[in-house]
Amino acid sequence: MQETIAVDEVVVLFAGDSGDGMQLTGNQFTNTSAVFGNDVSTFPNFPAEIRAPQGTVGGVSGFQVKFGSHRLYTPGDEADVLVVMNAAALVANIHKLKKGGVLIANLDGFDAKNLKLAGCQEENPLETDQMHDFNVQAVNITKLTVEALVDTAVPRKEAGRSKNMFVLGLLYWMYNRSMEPTERFIKNKFKKKPELVEANLKVLRTGYHFGETSEAFASRYSVKPAQLEPGVYRNIMGNQATAIGLVAAAKKAGLELFFGTYPITPASDILHELSRHRNFGVKTFQAEDEIAAVAASIGASFGGSLGVTSSSGPGIALKTEAMGLATILEIPLVVINVQRGGPSTGLPTKTEQADLFQALYGRNGEAQIPVICAHSPHDAFEAIFEATRIAVEYMTPVMFLSDGYIANGAEPWKFPKAEDLPEITHRKITETDDEKYLPYKRDEKLVRTWAVPGTAGLEHRIGGLEKDDLTGNVSYDPDNHEHMVKIRAEKISRMAEDLPTQEIHQGNEKGKVLVLGWGSTYGAIQTAVAELVDEGFEVGHAHLRYVSPLPKNLGEILANYDEVVIPEMNDGQLVNLIQAKYLKKCRPLKKIKGIPFTAKEIKEFVISIYQAS
Amino acid sequence: MSKQIDVPILKAKDLQSDQEVRWCPGCGDHAILKQVQAAVAETGVAKEDIVFISGIGCSSRFPYYMDTYGMHSIHGRATAIASGMKAARPDTSVWIVTGDGDSLSIGGNHLIHLLRRNFDVNILLFNNEIYGLTKGQYSPTSPLGLQTKSSPMGVIDHPFNPAALALGADATYVARVIDREPRHLKESLVKAHQHKGTSFIEIYQNCPVFNDGAFSAYTERGLKEEHTLFMEEGKPLIYNKGKKGLRLNGLQLEVVDLESGEFSADDCLIHNPKDRTLAHLLSRVFEEAEESGFPRPFGVFYEEERFTYESALTAQVAQAKEQQGEGDLDTLLQGPNSWVIQ
Repeated sequence: MQETIAVDEVVVLFAGDSGDGMQLTGNQFTNTSAVFGNDVSTFPNFPAEIRAPQGTVGGVSGFQVKFGSHRLYTPGDEADVLVVMNAAALVANIHKLKKGGVLIANLDGFDAKNLKLAGCQEENPLETDQMHDFNVQAVNITKLTVEALVDTAVPRKEAGRSKNMFVLGLLYWMYNRSMEPTERFIKNKFKKKPELVEANLKVLRTGYHFGETSEAFASRYSVKPAQLEPGVYRNIMGNQATAIGLVAAAKKAGLELFFGTYPITPASDILHELSRHRNFGVKTFQAEDEIAAVAASIGASFGGSLGVTSSSGPGIALKTEAMGLATILEIPLVVINVQRGGPSTGLPTKTEQADLFQALYGRNGEAQIPVICAHSPHDAFEAIFEATRIAVEYMTPVMFLSDGYIANGAEPWKFPKAEDLPEITHRKITETDDEKYLPYKRDEKLVRTWAVPGTAGLEHRIGGLEKDDLTGNVSYDPDNHEHMVKIRAEKISRMAEDLPTQEIHQGNEKGKVLVLGWGSTYGAIQTAVAELVDEGFEVGHAHLRYVSPLPKNLGEILANYDEVVIPEMNDGQLVNLIQAKYLKKCRPLKKIKGIPFTAKEIKEFVISIYQAS
Repeated sequence: MSKQIDVPILKAKDLQSDQEVRWCPGCGDHAILKQVQAAVAETGVAKEDIVFISGIGCSSRFPYYMDTYGMHSIHGRATAIASGMKAARPDTSVWIVTGDGDSLSIGGNHLIHLLRRNFDVNILLFNNEIYGLTKGQYSPTSPLGLQTKSSPMGVIDHPFNPAALALGADATYVARVIDREPRHLKESLVKAHQHKGTSFIEIYQNCPVFNDGAFSAYTERGLKEEHTLFMEEGKPLIYNKGKKGLRLNGLQLEVVDLESGEFSADDCLIHNPKDRTLAHLLSRVFEEAEESGFPRPFGVFYEEERFTYESALTAQVAQAKEQQGEGDLDTLLQGPNSWVIQ
C-alpha cells in the first residue's frame, strides 16, 4: 500500500533537452499547483539556442518550481525532486538535488548515444556510487509513451514526443493533483488536431496510472493549500504582469497606449501579450530596430498617446540618444529594460542586474530620469503602473527595470479590482491664459503642460536643442543652459517629496544589519532575513522601488544599522551609489553567474558580517 | 482624414512662426520654406492639425519656422518619430523634413521601412549632396570624385540614387523637384499632400557655402533647357523646348532628336506615373548630364494607391473591439484561470 506523506513545500526541477517540452511541463505543473491553492515560485532556465545540439549538456533546458502550503519568495535553493529526460540533463543538474531527494530518470535517455553526447562514455552516471545519496527511479519513459500510443493515429516515430506528458501525469499522481487543468489546456491547444488531443491525454493518464500501479513509487505526497490572504488569485508571469500593468495604467490615465518595440530576449513576451489586446485600443508597433522603436514611441507621446518602449540591455544601449531627446523635450515615455547578462550580447537567456548604471547614467549630458524597479513577477504590475504614473504626471521619460528572473518567473497574484487602482492625471491642456502658449512654463512641481496636435491656438515647436525657459525657443545663452539643466534635475529630485517613503519589509527597524536590495533579489533576501530573524539575529530588509530619486528617508534608515549588506547580481552598482550619496560604508555581496541568489548565500553572508562586527 | 476648414483659408504668412530664419543667405532652403508655406496653406488643413517633424542638419531647422505643431528631433530619426506620431494620430497632417545625410546615411534604415509601411505622411528630402551643418563633408549623394573636407582626393563612395532607392523600397509616391522652380515645387507639394500614403519628394537644394552650383546644370539658363525634363502625366517625355525626347529602344531609354525629322513627339514615351516599370527606367536616368547626354527627370516618377499602415492599424483595433468587445480591465486582470482562497 502506498502511503501519503504531508509536506510543507516541495521543489521540483524538470530537466531535459531543449526540445523535450520541459518549459511547458513546468508551466502546467505550476498552474495546476496554483489553482489548487499552493503558493508557487518558478525559475525557468534555458539555453540561448533554440535548438542547441541535441543530447548535450549545453542544450539542457530546466524549469524549477517550488510549491508550498505557506508564503514562498523563491523557487528554492535545492530540489526535492529532479526529473531528467537524458544523461546530459542529469550531468547539468544533479548538484541541485538535495541528499535523499527523488531522481526520476528517463532510462531511454541513457543509451550509449546519449551517454556519449553527455560526455559519460566512461561510466553511466546512474550506475555511480553518487546515486546512493538519492532515491533513484529509473523509468523507460519514452518506451512507455510510445507503447501507450500504439493503437492511435500518431505515427510511431512521432509518439515519443509526448513523453513530457507522461512525466506530468506521474508528478500529478505523486503530489495528488487533479489532471483537469492540464486536460483543459490540451483540449484547447490542439483543438484543431483531435488526434493530438487524444494522444496527449492518453499519455498524461498513462503517467498518472504508472505512479499508481508501479511498486517503485512507494510514497506520494500531499502539499496543502497555502494560508494565503483570502481573496481571488491568478497565476502571473513577470512579463505578463508588465503588459497588463501598462494596459491598466493607460486606461487609468485616459490615454491610448502605443507600444513601440523590437524583439529581444527576454523582453519579447511583453509585445506578445500586448499585441493581443487591440480591443483596449492598444497599438503595438514592431519597429525596424530599437532606435525606431523608441523614436516612434516619442512620436506617439508627442501626439498625445502614452508612448512605451521595451528592450533588454543591448537594445537599451541603442535607445539612449532618443531617451535624451525625451528628457530634454520633457514628454511622457516609459522605457522597459528586462535585464539579462551582459555586456554586449552576453547571456541572453540568463538573468542579471548589471544595467542599473546604464539606467541611471546611460545618456549624454546631464539627463536624470526616474528609475523604478520591480522585485517579483506579480510586483511588475504595481511597478510598471507606478512608472507610468510618474511618466504621465511629471512629463518625463521613466526607466522601468525588470530582469529575466522576474520576466519568466511565475507566482500567484491576488490581483486588484480595476476600480481600486488609482487614477492617473495627465497634463494635457486645451487653452492657455498666456498671450502665446509657453510649453516650458512649470507648476510648483516644475512640471510643464502637454499641448497636443489638434489643439487650436497651442501650436508650438519643441526639439533636442537647448531651449529657452518658458518659450521653448532655441537658446544658446550660457545662463539659460545651466538653469535648464538644473531645473530638469530638480524636477526629478523634488519628486521624492511626493513619493512613498522607504519601509522596512521585514525584521528589525534598527539593529545590527540591514540588507538593502533592489529588483529580483527580493525573494532570496526575504527568505534569508525571515530565517535570520527567527534565529534571533537583529536584521532588517529594505527593498528599493525607487532608485532615482532615492526615497527621502533612506539616509535615516541606513543610520539605524551598524552594517548595510547590499546583494546584487552585478559587480557592485547600487552599493557604489549608496556609498557615494550617504558616505556610509556598505558590504557588497556580488553574484555574476547569470543565476539568482539562493537564500542560503545571503543568509551565510549576513551571518559572516554579523559575526565579524 | 485631416480636418478641412471652410473659412478662413490660411495664407502662407499665417504659417510663418515668430522665429528669425537663420539659414545662410542664398541657401535654397529659403525658397523651399516659402513654397512649403504657400502649399500647406493651399491644402486647407487647419494649422493645429499640421505637424512638421525633422531630424538634424541645416534643413532640419525647418519646423521652428512653421507656425504649426513641430518637433526638431535627433539625427536620422524624424521618419521613425513621424511613424509613431501618425500611428497614434491618423487625423493629423504629418510632414517630415530631412536632408541627404539625415535620411540616407544615419537614418537610411528608418526611411526604407517608412516607405514600405506607407504611412500617409510627406517626406521632403532636401538634397544638397553635402554635409552643411558640420561644415562640408561629403554625403551619401555626393558625386564620385567630389573634393570635400573629408575627401581631399575625391569621393570614392558610390552615391545613392534617392528616387531609385525609394522605388526599391516600394514607395507609393516618388517625385523630384528643385529649389529654383518655385511653381513646380509648390504644385508638387500640394499633389504630395493629396496622395494617401507616403509621398517621397526629393528636392534638389543648392548649398551656396559648401557645394555651390551642384545643380547648376538644372538651374542655369543655357544649360537647364538641355539637361532637365519635366515629366507630366499623359504627355510625351520631351524637353529642351520640344527639340528632344525620350523613346524606348528595346528595354532601354534613348534620347532622340526631334529636329532631324527622323523622330517626332509621337515616337516618344507618354509619361504614366502609374507604370512601375517606366518609373524604374526613368529613375535610373541618373548619370551626369554632360557625359550621358540624358536630361535629369523632374516631377512625379510614380504613384500608386496602397493601404496605409495607420488605416490598417486602426482597422485592427476596430475589428478587435467588434470581435472581443471593448476591453474590460477587470476581465484582463483576472485572466482565464483564477481561484478563491477563503
